[in-house]
Amino acid sequence: MKKTALLLMVMVLTVVLAACGQNNNNSGGASSPAPESSAPASTTPASESPAAELSGSLLATGSSALLPLVEQASKKFMDGNKGVSIQVQAGGSGTGLTQVSEGQSDIGNSDVFAEEKLDADKAAELVDHQVAVVGMAAVVHPEVGVDNLTKQQLVDIFTGKVTNWKDLGGSDQKIQIINRPSSSGTRATFEKYALGQKSEDLQGSIQEDSSGTVRKLVGETPGAIGYLALSYLDESIKVLKYEGVEATVDNVANGTYPVWAYEHMYTKGEPSELAKAFLDFMLSDEIQNADVVELGYIPASQMQVKRDVNGTITK
Amino acid sequence: MSAKTANKIATGVIVSVAGLIVLVLAGLLGFILVRGLGHISFDFLTSAPETIRRGGGIGPQLFNSVFLLVLTMIITIPLGLGAGIYMSEYAPANKVTNSIRLVVEVLSSVPSIIVGLFGLLVLVNLFGFGFSLFAGALALTVFNLPLMVRITEQGLRGVPREQKEASLALGLSKWKTITSVMLPIAMPVILTGTILAAGRVFGEAAALLFTAGMSSPRLDFTDWNPFSPFSPLNPFRPAETLAVHIWKINSEGLAPDAKEIAAGASAVLVIAVLLFNFGARWLGRYLHRKFTAIK
Amino acid sequence: MAQPLEKQQAKPHLAEEWVGRIYTLLCIAFLILTIVSIVYFVASKGLSTFFVNHVNVIDLLTGLKWAPDGEPAVFGALPFIFGSFSTSLLAAAIAAPLGFCASVFMVEIAPGFGRKYLQPVIELLAGIPSVVYGFVGLSVVVPFFRDVFPGQGVGIAAGAVVLSIMILPTITTIATDALAALPKGLKEGSFALGATRWQTIYRIVLPTTLPALMTGIVLGIARAFGEALAVQMVIGNAPHIPRSLFESASTLTSAITLSMGNTAMGSVANNALWSLALILMMMTFVFVFIVRWLERRSKL
Repeated sequence: MKKTALLLMVMVLTVVLAACGQNNNNSGGASSPAPESSAPASTTPASESPAAELSGSLLATGSSALLPLVEQASKKFMDGNKGVSIQVQAGGSGTGLTQVSEGQSDIGNSDVFAEEKLDADKAAELVDHQVAVVGMAAVVHPEVGVDNLTKQQLVDIFTGKVTNWKDLGGSDQKIQIINRPSSSGTRATFEKYALGQKSEDLQGSIQEDSSGTVRKLVGETPGAIGYLALSYLDESIKVLKYEGVEATVDNVANGTYPVWAYEHMYTKGEPSELAKAFLDFMLSDEIQNADVVELGYIPASQMQVKRDVNGTITK
Repeated sequence: MSAKTANKIATGVIVSVAGLIVLVLAGLLGFILVRGLGHISFDFLTSAPETIRRGGGIGPQLFNSVFLLVLTMIITIPLGLGAGIYMSEYAPANKVTNSIRLVVEVLSSVPSIIVGLFGLLVLVNLFGFGFSLFAGALALTVFNLPLMVRITEQGLRGVPREQKEASLALGLSKWKTITSVMLPIAMPVILTGTILAAGRVFGEAAALLFTAGMSSPRLDFTDWNPFSPFSPLNPFRPAETLAVHIWKINSEGLAPDAKEIAAGASAVLVIAVLLFNFGARWLGRYLHRKFTAIK
Repeated sequence: MAQPLEKQQAKPHLAEEWVGRIYTLLCIAFLILTIVSIVYFVASKGLSTFFVNHVNVIDLLTGLKWAPDGEPAVFGALPFIFGSFSTSLLAAAIAAPLGFCASVFMVEIAPGFGRKYLQPVIELLAGIPSVVYGFVGLSVVVPFFRDVFPGQGVGIAAGAVVLSIMILPTITTIATDALAALPKGLKEGSFALGATRWQTIYRIVLPTTLPALMTGIVLGIARAFGEALAVQMVIGNAPHIPRSLFESASTLTSAITLSMGNTAMGSVANNALWSLALILMMMTFVFVFIVRWLERRSKL
């Protein structure tokens, strides 16, 4: 019994010592106070030459909508740079912004502009990298019987004025709203650009944060309506047109379909060498023309219109 | 209604309720296993998850679950034993002890999500451990400790007083009595309880969502250096466990076979819990036989 | 010669003893430190909503509207408190009779068979992880309710059903212990007087073990109150007090799980969620105190 206790204590001590060594060695970017040191000084000369060996680790956290893209890109990046470890976490846009602002992660993924979630002074410290554009569409249960909704109709639905699909020319089914929590970046985008106003949490509406659950519920609940990023669309649900415009990549790019948002990857101040290399990689053709499209996003370069934090559109 | 009829009816109701409970469990297990077993293969158990393509597996997550369990147990067992020994042997019967008991009871009732939030606030942010196995293990320790204390106390209480008194009478110090005489006798109970507790820890998700994280870095299983970020042994890397993975797939599954993966992972988790349960029972019976067998 | 020898032999014993005492004391100290820090941190975050963001406590506790992103931001947590209580109490109402029947079966009616088969079943139910329960709830219970009862399928009923199965083991285990601890003489006396088994259970066993049963029920309620993941998947999450059992509702835990990741730490919305966590924690204390009070009463 004594020996076992001794053995256990030795093991605990070892783990603790490893912990201390770890905090100095800095393999997880989150454990070091300064985000710059996430790429150890011992590496890379000028990052112009792709042949230079990059090493170190990065932590990117935040939006779950952006997660698939960053995860896939990070895998490719790690394949090309064996000494690099990139971890991508979900946690929500709010968490992502907080963590990059506090220095616990190197990159914060967000569906919304930083100014919309953080205080102005904190947001001012962050540098925005817009890596893709995500389009969003209203989706309904396949038996609803409606193909297209105007802005006013959507507003009526989400404010509770209209409660049955037959009032909109569809089947006789009660409208079941599948909304997002009020803090969701996806909802903020939908409200801003599809509804033009904030919607209240109505009595009897269902709220789910994750797109997978929303899709499942919309597909299974008669009369359901929700909204999803284009990358989540599949045959189990019906996609609606907005003001007669179909939700396609081209329509978003040329600006006729207005329900879209930038996907931001924020860094605190200018990015470190490793982070910059990764962000450049994200914006490179290799990712933009392949993974971005494959996963259902739209390359930022393909956009023919631009939009700033206040919503003003410039061509 | 005569008393006899009432008796018969009541007995019937009670028996059928008991039967209903067994049916519910059978249905539950059947549902999960039927949906998931078909998807389990060696490939599934060892390959990494895919974000949007078919054929993802749960290899790293399974490893993380096991590794996290081991880490947690390494921390919890000595602490739990020590605290339990204190509570049952050394604590004087006064108000302070009563309040400590209260503390243990409260700790055991704290919802796991609060433990997770606490872990996020203190372990991940304040101490700067980041999303890591270490933060997750500490969070699970908080969760598991009251259980261990209760198990230890229960085990020690089961030791016959005569054994303890005889040992003390022979001149052994109290500590030596506890470690050399009482603990071995209490070992079957403590061991059984620990394995059952381990089963609970294995399936825990809420406390880990915010501490061990929801992703796992690319693991190189040939790299056994605990300091390398690719090594599976590095306790400072984010480590999505099986339970958290099921939660994530159910919520955000983008892969076309997300449903099957979730079902398969659930089946694996349930099978693991079954193994823990049966293992604990079997071990308890075996040790009991060994210790009390007519030797 | 005896004196120095005794002293020699006493020293290692004393050292051992001190090692033991200090070690166990440290372990307990760690335990206490943990709970104190949990309370401190959750409280400090939760209270900051009131002190830093100047939200009114009464408004939070009794307000019916929860709109942290509205203009103006309103923080009324009553729907969540209502949701938590209704699901937990309903779950206990379902699980208590079931658990009681199960324990009566195991102790009175078929002890051998019961211990061998029903006991492992109960322990297995306790071991199934909550994510699995949530998953099964969403795949089986919600569609069933949606087809059979008027409503959305999600809501308090679905949450209560899932929770009742989760707390069944808790209630059953405690009830079984209580029933088994009953002195045999009590039951034998009743039988000797000619009572049937059911009469004995109903008139003697139940009233005597009632305090212990209540303890089990309260612990079950506490467990249901604190359950997060399974509930969040089946409850619908509308921040309103539902008008029926089958309408989307919210609990304290589901609200926290849903929105914690979307809010930035330090913002009002985030602090408000921590206040919900604080309420949750306070309720845990209340439950523990109720259990203690019940135990003290049963000792009388």
